[in-house]
Amino acid sequence: MSVAGINVLVEETRARQAAATAPLLAIRDVSTYYGSVAALRGVDLEVGEGEIVTLIGANGAGKSTLMMTIFGAPQARTGSVVYAGQDITRLPTHAIARLGLAQSPEGRRVFPRMSVFENLQMGASLHGGRHFAGDLERVCALFPRLKERLQQRAGTMSGGEQQMLAIGRALMSRPRLLLLDEPSLGLAPLVVKGIFDAIRDLNRQDGMTIFLVEQNAYHALKLAHRGYVLVNGRVTMSGTGRQLLDDPAVKSAYLEGGHGVAAGA
Amino acid sequence: MADARTSSLPDILRDAGLYALVAFGLCIPIVAYRTNAGPTGLELTPRWPLVAAFCAAIFVLRVVQRLILARRDARRALTPSPAQATEAVQGEPDAGQRVSTFGLYAFLGIALTLPVIASLASGGLGPARYWIDLGILILTYVMLGWGLNIVVGLAGLLDLGYVAFYAVGAYCYALLSTTFGLSFWVCLPLAGLFAAAWGMVLGFPVLRLRGDYLAIVTLAFGEIIRLVLINWTDLTGGAAGISSIPRASFFGIPFSADEDGFAARFGLEFDSMHRVVFLYYLILGLALLTNFATLRLRRMPIGRAWEALREDEIACRSLGIDTTTTKLTAFALGAAFAGFAGSFFSVRQGFISPESFTFLESAIILAIVVLGGMGSQVGVAIAAVAMVGGPELLRNLGFLSAVFGEGFDPNEYRLLLFGLAMVAMMVWRPRGLISVRVPSVSLGERRAISGAHVSEGHG
Repeated sequence: MSVAGINVLVEETRARQAAATAPLLAIRDVSTYYGSVAALRGVDLEVGEGEIVTLIGANGAGKSTLMMTIFGAPQARTGSVVYAGQDITRLPTHAIARLGLAQSPEGRRVFPRMSVFENLQMGASLHGGRHFAGDLERVCALFPRLKERLQQRAGTMSGGEQQMLAIGRALMSRPRLLLLDEPSLGLAPLVVKGIFDAIRDLNRQDGMTIFLVEQNAYHALKLAHRGYVLVNGRVTMSGTGRQLLDDPAVKSAYLEGGHGVAAGA
Repeated sequence: MADARTSSLPDILRDAGLYALVAFGLCIPIVAYRTNAGPTGLELTPRWPLVAAFCAAIFVLRVVQRLILARRDARRALTPSPAQATEAVQGEPDAGQRVSTFGLYAFLGIALTLPVIASLASGGLGPARYWIDLGILILTYVMLGWGLNIVVGLAGLLDLGYVAFYAVGAYCYALLSTTFGLSFWVCLPLAGLFAAAWGMVLGFPVLRLRGDYLAIVTLAFGEIIRLVLINWTDLTGGAAGISSIPRASFFGIPFSADEDGFAARFGLEFDSMHRVVFLYYLILGLALLTNFATLRLRRMPIGRAWEALREDEIACRSLGIDTTTTKLTAFALGAAFAGFAGSFFSVRQGFISPESFTFLESAIILAIVVLGGMGSQVGVAIAAVAMVGGPELLRNLGFLSAVFGEGFDPNEYRLLLFGLAMVAMMVWRPRGLISVRVPSVSLGERRAISGAHVSEGHG
């Protein structure tokens, strides 16, 4: 092998190492505005490959705005969103989705008059049905309830089932990074547990990278490798899930009271 | 009406009395006096017995309605609503919402053989002309309804200016044929393409609009096209329109009495009805083409994307669907079918003017789609028959003049009846005649889902 050939090999190895250490998603100094009102003020956040990262915060802290900013609607006014080494800050939503990000949006947003099966098909529309059968089986194994209801209209299902469908639909696009916006919203504690178990399985068994936005801080922090706390559009704290759970400030702001309810489940 | 209904008899009577009172109040200015032009000016003829009859009728109808509702409520109280169930809901549509396959084929069979049936029934092609003409008119609206169904029913984009594309198609054929002498068969695809292009032109500015706002802009667009047609006198002939548009030929063979004509070539006796029958089958073919294309598209990714767009635009985008192209294709395809129908309209009439493309036309087409049940192809066809054929029926109700006195013309009341029918529809079938959506894919048994069981999608 020539020297030039060896050099190329070395270069490739270096690039691979760099890619392995660089985070899958990096949000750098992002500010997002609704008109003249700032919803995010200089947010920095990273999600590494294979991690579950959670973002917790109160109502109106800007959690969902951050989620939507990653998806380009609304776009960040300053700062950048980098996914797998590519700047996606100014890409339209559908183009971002085609790069391998998928989200289960706030409020689930399933297609109510379409059947569960059709909803899942819509999730797979990026691949034109190439991996459909296998992916469908995987989603059904993760959420057996969906399998029973493939023919049912999505709008007639319970909130928990719709949440399962929203996650399943996102998974059908074979994402590298799964964004979940408040999957526990408005669900009974037992159902929440089921959903969080599924999220854990996805990460532990399939190695799925997950960015989880949650108000249910106790469950989210217990599940996540790392967490961030968002207050009034700023990240005020970050650390491993354990660290944040034990932090007195986090405890008093997000866990006291809420903890009892969650533990009761 | 939504108040907690108590169904004791005195309550019902009191309620019905209230209705009769309101009816009485309404009757005073509208019905109570008839103005006649007498020798000394206007004379008032009091018609109090008629007012009394109206009030009595309203009273009785309300009592009957309340009794029926009370019985239904009592029955419902015994069986829980499927909407409340947490177990899997089958969502079977009730019998009235389904059209049997037999009914479907019967419908198609009648459409295919109408000229034969009509001429047998009325004894010859000539006398059957009225029925065949009516068939052509209805089929034109069926086609327009199916075309608009793509935009409104599937993609969920409320379009109040659909008639604009109909006009574009009509003027496209009229101008191309009178100016360049192009034949109908060349102009037909051109008209479709041209209308589709205009569909895109409308689509671009309204990409970010939805619901009411979209409706207003499309309404304005329809009016703009009409006003341009009226005022661009050099090109369109203004309000006078375009006349002597070449008639349709049988793929190049004219329907004329001479030796090169259709009748002579095929060894038939010349009959001016040949052209009418040909036009009938032409529009039937075009309408079926529209239907076929829509049904195929619904199974393809683009059709699925339209439906998803109707359900939830944001979810659509986050699944990687480009909503811009999805909307534009819906507008363009819907417009293309209107363009085909428009060019058929102008070849059939031989004369067009902006008068034919008023907002009322858009409203009728939209009403056909909504009454039929958005997204339902069969429903649209039934609604078109009812909406276009229904008023024609009124012409033949001569016996009514025996009831209401000499000089009673039921045709004068068509808009009133039309309105009543609409109100009745919205009360009893708020989601249209055929309010089921059959999934475009299914595992095993194909199961329609009743529209009553889920809320509307918000988009």
